[in-house]
Amino acid sequence: MLMFTFRRILQLIPVFFGATLLVYFLVFVTPGDPIAALSGGKPMAPAVEAALRAQYNLDQPFWVQYGLYLKNLVTLNLGQTFSGQEVSAVIIRAFPVTARLAIMALIFEAFFGILFGVIAGLRKGKLFDSTVLVASLVVIAVPTFVLGFVLQLVIGVQLGWARPTVSGTAPWNELVLPALVLGLVSLAYVIRLTRASISENMNADYVRTATAKGLSRRRVVVVHILRNSLIPVITFLGADLGSLMGGAIVTEGIFNVPGIGNLVYQAVLKGESATVVAVVGLLVIVFVVANLAVDLLYAVLDPRIRYV
Amino acid sequence: MRFARTYKALGVAAVLALSLSACGGGTDTGNGNGGGDTTKVITANSTEPGNGLLPANTNEVGGGRVMDLIFSGLVSYDAKGAIVNELAESIESTDSQNYTIKIKAGETFSDGSPITAKNFVDAWNFGAAAKNAQLNSYFFESIKGYDKVSAEGSTEDKMEGLKVVDDTTFTVALAQPESDFKLRLGYTAFYPLPESAYADPKAFGENPVGNGPYKLAADGWKHEVSITLVPNDKYKGPRAPKNGGVTFKIFSNFDAAYTDVKSDNLDILDQVPPSGLQNYKTDFEGRYVNQPYAGNATMTIPSYLPEFQGEAGLLRRQAISMAIDRQQIIDKIFYGNKKIAADFTSPVIDGYNANIPGAEVLKFDAAKAKETWAKAEAISPWPAGKVFTISSNIDGAGNKEYITAMANQISTNLGIKAELNPIPTFKEMRALVNSKKLTGASRAGWQADYPSLYNFLGPLYGTGAGSNDGDYSSAAFDAKLKEGLAATSVEDGNKIFNESQEILLKDLPVVPLWYQAVQGVWSNNVNTVPFGWNGVPLYNEVTAK
Repeated sequence: MLMFTFRRILQLIPVFFGATLLVYFLVFVTPGDPIAALSGGKPMAPAVEAALRAQYNLDQPFWVQYGLYLKNLVTLNLGQTFSGQEVSAVIIRAFPVTARLAIMALIFEAFFGILFGVIAGLRKGKLFDSTVLVASLVVIAVPTFVLGFVLQLVIGVQLGWARPTVSGTAPWNELVLPALVLGLVSLAYVIRLTRASISENMNADYVRTATAKGLSRRRVVVVHILRNSLIPVITFLGADLGSLMGGAIVTEGIFNVPGIGNLVYQAVLKGESATVVAVVGLLVIVFVVANLAVDLLYAVLDPRIRYV
Repeated sequence: MRFARTYKALGVAAVLALSLSACGGGTDTGNGNGGGDTTKVITANSTEPGNGLLPANTNEVGGGRVMDLIFSGLVSYDAKGAIVNELAESIESTDSQNYTIKIKAGETFSDGSPITAKNFVDAWNFGAAAKNAQLNSYFFESIKGYDKVSAEGSTEDKMEGLKVVDDTTFTVALAQPESDFKLRLGYTAFYPLPESAYADPKAFGENPVGNGPYKLAADGWKHEVSITLVPNDKYKGPRAPKNGGVTFKIFSNFDAAYTDVKSDNLDILDQVPPSGLQNYKTDFEGRYVNQPYAGNATMTIPSYLPEFQGEAGLLRRQAISMAIDRQQIIDKIFYGNKKIAADFTSPVIDGYNANIPGAEVLKFDAAKAKETWAKAEAISPWPAGKVFTISSNIDGAGNKEYITAMANQISTNLGIKAELNPIPTFKEMRALVNSKKLTGASRAGWQADYPSLYNFLGPLYGTGAGSNDGDYSSAAFDAKLKEGLAATSVEDGNKIFNESQEILLKDLPVVPLWYQAVQGVWSNNVNTVPFGWNGVPLYNEVTAK
C-alpha cells in the first residue's frame, strides 16, 4: 500500500507540469494586452509601459516566459500579481477560505446525501422517496446562482438568520449558508446515487443470506448494504472536492467570499498568468490527492480490494 | 411583495423586457440630515486597490478613494468640484506658465514629520521619473524637464521646472502656459510624500503615512478583505472627519454589496448594480442619491476607417449621431438614470455650457438622419453588405444591452446593417483600440481625473494625445486648445475651450451619448450621504445615526 501511494504521488509530477504548461499557454494565447488594461484606458508614459512589460516578462516569447516561471517555481517564488503582491501571499490568504468552504460543503452533502439516500432507497416508492426524488431533480435543474440569490435573499435578508455576505475573515459560522448553496447540487447527486445503489443491493444474495442468518435489520442495513453501496458515492465525493474548490466562483461571488474562485476569475480577466497557473496547479494537486484518498478508502470499504 | 420584486430584478435579461419610465435626470436626493454620532465608524464598499498606495501609482477608484482620505494635496475639491485650499496658502501666476506656490506653515504628516515645500517637489519628481515606473507619471508632463526624466532608460529624477525656494515656498515652471494647472493640483498624483517613503516605496505603499483627514489603522489594509481608516488628529484642513473612521469592505461583486446595504450590514454603496437600477428608489426610500458626476459615454468612430473619410465621412458621422434615440435607451435600459449629452464634457464641471452652437447634431431626428445619410451616399456609396460594427468589451455590466439597442436604432433609422462586435474582456478591448485595428466604431467614455473642461478635451482629441483613440487631428481644434491653455484665468480658458467644442461638434470625432450619473444608496445606520463631483461619496461628511 505504501508503494502504491508512493507511485501515485510520483505521478503527480508530470501531471502538475503538464497542467501548468497548458494553463500558462492558454493564458498566453488569450488575446488582449494586460498592461494596456492596467492604465484603464488613460494614457501611460512609454517608459512606464516598457518597465511594466519587462517586470512581468511580457516582452519575452512564450518559452522564455514559461522557463522563467519554472525557474522561479523551483525556489518557491510564484511571481507577482499586477498589483505588485506576491502570488504566494495572495494564495495563502485565499486558499484556506475556499478549502474551508469546500470541506463544509462536502460534509454537508455527504452527511445529508447519504442519510436521505439510504432512507429513500430503503423505502422505495413511498412518499419520502418520491418527495426526495422530485426535490433533488429541482435542485439539479436550477442553476447555482439562482439558488444562491434566493437563499441569500430569504435567509440572509428577509429572515435575518445569517449574514447575507461573509465578513473579512470568513469564519466557519458565516460560511454555513454559502457552503449550503455550494453543496446543494452535489447533494442531489449524492442522494440519487446512494438511493440507486442501496435499492440495487437490497435485492442482492448476500443481503438475503444476512437476513436469513437472523441478523437485525439495523445491522443488515448499516454493515452489509450501506458499506457495499458506498463505493460509487465515495468516488463521486472524492472527485467532487476538487470541483467544489474550483467551482466555487459563482458562490463566492454571491456571498463575497474572498477565496480562490474570485481570485482566479479576476486573474483570468486581467491576464495575470502567474496567479492563474499557481491556483490551477494547486487545484490539480487537490484533485490528485483527493482521488488517491478515494482509492485508499476503497480498500477500507471492500476487503477484497488490496493495493500492492 | 418585496421578494417578488427583487427576484425579478436579478435577471439582467429582465432589464430589456421591462419598460418603466423613470423620472428624468437632475439631482434627486433623499431627505433628512440630523446631528448624528461623530464617534461611530462608517462602513463603505470598495474594490481592492490596483497597486500599493503611492500617489503617483494610484490610477483607479479602489485605491483613489483611500488615497484621497489619507492624503491631502495643495487643494481639494468640494462637492461641486470647486477647488478649496488644503495645504496651499496661495498659488499664484501671472502668465499661466510660472507658478509660485506657498504652503501653510506648521502642518505635519500623521507621523509628526513636518510638511515642507521639499515634500511636494520630491514627490512630484519621484512620480515623474521613468526609473520609478509610476502609472500616473504622465500627469507631470506639463512641467518643464519632464521629457528628460521620463525618457526610456533615463536615470535622471529631477525636473528642472521644480524649485524649492524655502520651507514653505516652491516654484513650478511649465513647458507651456496651462490655465487649468491649478485645477489639477487636487488630483492624487500631486500629493506630497514624507521623507520616509523613498527608502522602500513598496513597503510604504502597503502602509502609507499621509496627511489627510484619516490615516490607515495599524495593520489596516487586509488585502481583498477590508481597509480600515481612523481619523488623523494631526489634520487641520477643511475636510475634518464627522465620524469615528471609515472601514472599506472590499467587494468583487456589487450585487453582494447591494444586498449588504439593504440588510444594514454595510453603510454606503456608491454604485447600484444593474440588477438594482429599477428598484433602488423604492428599496431605499429617502436613502439614495442619483446625481450626475464628471463622466460621459461616447462612441468613437476612428478617423482611419475608409468609409468615414472626407465630406462623406463627416455626413455619415452626423447621420449616425442623429439616428440614435438616446432618451429611449436611457429610459428603457438604464431606467432613466443617465442624462442626454449636449457636449463633450460634463455638466458638473465649472464652465459647462449646455447650449454650444452646433449641438443640434446630438439630437435624435430620424428624418434628418436619413436625409444626411442619403447625401453621403451621393458622394460615395456605403460598401454593399458592409456592417457597421460597434466594438465593446462585454465584461462590464450593461454594455452589451445598450450597444445592441443603439445598433438596432442605427439599423432601423439609416437602413444599413449595424451590430455589436462583442469583445470578451477589457484587456482585449484596449489592445484592439491601441493597435488602431478597429474596423468600426467602439464604445468609449471618459471619467475626469480633475474637474476641468480641458481634461475632457485635450487628452482625448488633441493631435497625438494619449487617449485620442480615434486618431482625430484638427489644426483648428489644436490651436483653440492652445489658446485656451494660454488664457490667464480659468474662466477665460473655459470660454475658449467651449469654442473649441464647436469644432468638435462639427467634426464629431466621437458621438457623445450621455452624461454619467452616480446611483448611491445607504443604510438605516447613517444620515444622508453627500456625493462629490466625481461620484465618490464625501466620506468625511457622513455621520452615523
